[in-house]
Amino acid sequence: MEFETLEKLLREHPFFRDLKEEYLSLIVGCARNVFYKPGEFIFREGEQANEFYIIRDGKISLEVSAPGKKPIVIQTLESGEVLGWSWITPPYYWHFDARAIEPTKAIALDGRCLRNKCEEDHSLGYELLKRFITIVEQRLQATRIQLLDLYGAG
Amino acid sequence: MELVEKELLTTIQNPMLPLTFQVRSRRQETKDTFTLEIEPVESGVEFKFLPGQFNMVYVFGVGEVPISISSDPNRWNRIAHTIRMVGVVTKAMGKLKKGDLLGIRGPFGSSWPIDRCSECDIVIVAGGIGLAPLRPAIYHILSNREKYNRVVLLYGARTPDDILYKNEIEKWRSRFDFEVYVTVDRGTTGWKGNVGVVTTLIPRAPFNPENTVAFVCGPEIMMRFTSLELLKRGVKEHNIFLSMERNMKCGIGLCGHCQFGPAFICKDGPVFSYSQIKDLIFKREI
Repeated sequence: MEFETLEKLLREHPFFRDLKEEYLSLIVGCARNVFYKPGEFIFREGEQANEFYIIRDGKISLEVSAPGKKPIVIQTLESGEVLGWSWITPPYYWHFDARAIEPTKAIALDGRCLRNKCEEDHSLGYELLKRFITIVEQRLQATRIQLLDLYGAG
Repeated sequence: MELVEKELLTTIQNPMLPLTFQVRSRRQETKDTFTLEIEPVESGVEFKFLPGQFNMVYVFGVGEVPISISSDPNRWNRIAHTIRMVGVVTKAMGKLKKGDLLGIRGPFGSSWPIDRCSECDIVIVAGGIGLAPLRPAIYHILSNREKYNRVVLLYGARTPDDILYKNEIEKWRSRFDFEVYVTVDRGTTGWKGNVGVVTTLIPRAPFNPENTVAFVCGPEIMMRFTSLELLKRGVKEHNIFLSMERNMKCGIGLCGHCQFGPAFICKDGPVFSYSQIKDLIFKREI
C-alpha cells in the first residue's frame, strides 16, 4: 500500500515526469516518505551523501556557515524541486547544509540503492543522469547569474 | 516583424522643450533609490502617459537623463519617477526636496501591450530597479483585473534591503487575484523568503505558457536569461516583451545615441517583443 502511494507521488513529481513505469517501479523500492519541521537539518556539510530528496511540499534552504558568522543562505528550494546530487558523484559527501524553513514533506531516495540499480541497468542510470544534468545545468546558470551581481550599482 | 503598440502621447507641442514640474514628494525606497512624485507647475497641462514610457528628466544646471515613469497611468499629472543614484544627474536628483523644480520632456517611447491581451495569463518578471517601469502596467492590470486570467509577478532583488516598493508588494501579495513571488540573490539574517536568481522562479510559477504574455524588465543579461527560461517553459516568442535601455538623449529618434541595430530605443522602444530583437540582444557588438 505504501509502495503504491509512493509510486503515485513520484509519478506526479516534475522530476519523474514521463519516466517509464518499469523504471519508476525500480526507483520506488529505494524511496521513503520524510517530514521535516522548520529549523530541522536534512543534512549537514561533510556528512555522507546517501540520499536525495524530492520535495513535495514546503521550503528548504541550502546554507553555508563560517566560524563567528551567521549562516549564509545560498539558495532556497520548494515543492516540485529536487534537493541534492552529491549522492551521485564520488566521494559522496554533502557540500552544504540543508535545513527546512517551513514544514516540509519530501520523498527521500536512497542513493546507494539507486547507484546499485543504475550499475545493473545502465538505461535507468542514463535516464536518471539526464534528469540530474538538467538540474545541475539550471543551477550552474543560476549561480553564474548570481555571481554577476547584476543589480549592483554600476 | 510584429510591432509593439507605439502610441506616442506627446503632451508638449515641441518635444525638445521641457515643461516645468515641481516636486510634490520624495520617498526613499532603498539605500540608493528614491521616488519623486512630481506635477506640472503650469495649470491646464494634462500629462498622460502609457505604461512603459519614459521621460527625459532635466535637473537645471546639471543635466538631463531618461527615467521610466513608475506611477499609475490613470492618475494624470501625478507622475512618479523611481531613480537610483548612480551618476551626477541622478545624485543631484537625490538632493531635490518638495517644491524644487525639474524640466520634463516626454512621455516618449513604446508601451507594454497591456490592452492587446485579454483572457490571457500575464507574467511580469522584474529584476532590481526594473520593477519601476513595470509598476504602471501592474496598476493598469489590477484596475482592469477582470480582463485577464492569472496575473503573476516574479521579482528578483539583490538583497532584502534592495526590494523596491515593499509596502505595495505586501498589499499585492495579500490579494487573491495576484500571485507575487519575490526572490533575492543574497539572503540576510531574518529573511524567510526565496533565495536565488529570478529566473529560478519561472519553472515553478503558476501560468499556462500557451496563453501567456510576459513583460520583462531588468538588467539586459537578466532579460536574456529570463527570455530563454520563458521560451523553455513554452511561452511564445511574440508574447515576450522586454524593455531595453541605451543612452537615450533626444527622445525622438534624431540624435542616434540610442541606436539599437536598425531601431532607436527612444522612438521604436523601449518596449520590444522578443521576436523583434532576438537577433540583436545576443550580439555584443550592438
